[in-house]
Amino acid sequence: MIEGQAGKGSWFNRRGWRDLIIAIPYGWLATFFLLPFIIVVAMSLARRAEFSPPIAFLDDWPFVRWDNFARLFNDSLYIRAYLTSIWNAGVATFFCMLIGYPMALGITRVGKSWRNVLLMLVILPFWTSFLLRVYAWMGLFGSNSWFNKGLTSIINTVLPADMALRSLPMMNSNFAVVLVMVYSYLPFMILPLYANLEKLDNTLNEAAMDLGSRPWQVFKDVTLPLSIPGIIAGGLLVFIPASGELIIPSLVGNASDPMIGRVISDEFASARDWPMASAVAVALLLMLVLPMMVYSHFENRAQAAGEARP
Amino acid sequence: MPSEGQAPFIRIEGVTKDFGKFTAVKNVSLDIFKGEMFALLGGSGCGKTTLLRMLAGFEAPTSGRIFIDGQDMTGVPPYERPVNMMFQSYALFPHMSVEGNVGYGLKHEKVTAKERTDRVRQMLDLVQLTPLAGRKPHQLSGGQRQRVALARALAKQPKLLLLDEPLGALDKKLREHTQFEIMSIQERTGITFVVVTHDQEEAMTLANRIAVMDHGEIRQIGAPTDVYEFPNSRFVAGFIGSINMFEGEVTKNGAGLTISVPTLGGDITVSSDAAAVGDKVTVAVRPEKIVISRDRPEAVNAISGVVRDLGYFGKDSLYRVSLATGALVSVNSVNISRGGTAKTADWEDKVWLSFDPSAAILLKD
Repeated sequence: MIEGQAGKGSWFNRRGWRDLIIAIPYGWLATFFLLPFIIVVAMSLARRAEFSPPIAFLDDWPFVRWDNFARLFNDSLYIRAYLTSIWNAGVATFFCMLIGYPMALGITRVGKSWRNVLLMLVILPFWTSFLLRVYAWMGLFGSNSWFNKGLTSIINTVLPADMALRSLPMMNSNFAVVLVMVYSYLPFMILPLYANLEKLDNTLNEAAMDLGSRPWQVFKDVTLPLSIPGIIAGGLLVFIPASGELIIPSLVGNASDPMIGRVISDEFASARDWPMASAVAVALLLMLVLPMMVYSHFENRAQAAGEARP
Repeated sequence: MPSEGQAPFIRIEGVTKDFGKFTAVKNVSLDIFKGEMFALLGGSGCGKTTLLRMLAGFEAPTSGRIFIDGQDMTGVPPYERPVNMMFQSYALFPHMSVEGNVGYGLKHEKVTAKERTDRVRQMLDLVQLTPLAGRKPHQLSGGQRQRVALARALAKQPKLLLLDEPLGALDKKLREHTQFEIMSIQERTGITFVVVTHDQEEAMTLANRIAVMDHGEIRQIGAPTDVYEFPNSRFVAGFIGSINMFEGEVTKNGAGLTISVPTLGGDITVSSDAAAVGDKVTVAVRPEKIVISRDRPEAVNAISGVVRDLGYFGKDSLYRVSLATGALVSVNSVNISRGGTAKTADWEDKVWLSFDPSAAILLKD
């Protein structure tokens, strides 16, 4: 046999190795995502029970019931929680993009040695406990903090004297939730954007400038459209965890206007209604995954259409 | 072509460019005339690309000034210069179609939509890409991309077109074809072209004047025949084409110079009077200007040697002949007759080399 051309029956069967290596991530996904997800879907079709685990399937065919999903639409609590979640996550994603894009772009424009320092600074907050950082924000939101006082006095400068505020009711509000989410998730926006922007070929910018574009036009025509994959990646990395966020709204959010993570947690722990909690979780997942699938479907179709053109 | 008394279209005046401690371009002064096809030729790092980028406006000279069409370009940003550039990597916008790429520069001009489409069509016709107008750059071959880049740079009808290694990324067959295409486009449009290249053949066929650069300085400017046949220095002689160079000393001045060349084992006559008796000089002879023969020729400069190496290229052969002194001389000989038996010389054959006094170049540095 010629060396390097191992064929069938050889222990070094290239195809075999390739399949094995591909199987590892698939195996991981199957074990730690697909299997638990199937369990959750199954639970969402069961009913609540008084024993442990507190779930029971129907005794007769079809053994499952859709009541939990029907309740999602009938009880305004759930719909409102979904809307609050999507709104808060959407606003947080938008501001992460607004703040993160210039930061990521700025990092690509400085010298090599500075880049690593700045990227390090972006990741640095992760070295402190997440919970600790949220608690720190709680301190800042309080009516006696310098942060609150400072913001209040800034706002008072534009308000007439008789409407002057003593402090801002920031604690337990959606504003606080969004602010802390933007703060917490900003690195997840910056890093994929940086990875995308860093790869962009600077000669494209020069070419655009050579053809008569001013710097902002170069950004609009070249940099921005070519960074859409980075914007989408960063947007998903912020939006998806933010919409299911539990800790931030629990600590600084408004309890009467909960986000969906809080609802799932309450159903699961306080109400001990595992099936209902599962149904809420499954619906959340579908809400997040379906638009992505539609998007990637059209994306692939557009790409295929582009390739097929003569 | 440059003509006497005509004002230069581009005037580069004592331009120097430093990058930190490294000087990329050293005090270069250069005039380029309207409608010229001018080549900046040199090895990598010689400053030719930096000079081109200063013309485009991507780099600002550390000192000196650049005038284009009489206008001082100091402080003029790239987007306000009447200059377009074809990048070495082509730099096509990957998210735009061929049409979008070619029409991009017209976006910023005050032209109607119809005029814009017409001009894009016209450009695509010029480079024969009309059927591919809707394609994206990644669906094109290297040669097609090159033509899109050329059309895009021409679409704005610049006064000056800069080409950075225009043929560098193409294979040999395509290079020759594209070379003539670029020349014909230049003739039809009348735009002044400045080409940067490291390839002397490319420079010689494309350009009507060449500036040979080395270490940030211009070593010689002239027509292709000038720099090839009349190089002014050892560097230029060696950089363009291959050449045999021998050091010697002038011993007699009268009916040409007689030069004693120890490596050739005797005296050589060169038709020149540009040196005085006693000067140390270099005699340079192109391989194709040396005649190889089995019998002693009736020539002023004749040397005998033995064929050490023989490269057969079909239309011509390259001989490396070693002399009694140990020196190696390259000789290029066109294979006029057919068949192996008619070959001028074979390995280890004793041969005679001769060249005309006017074929030798006298170099002083």
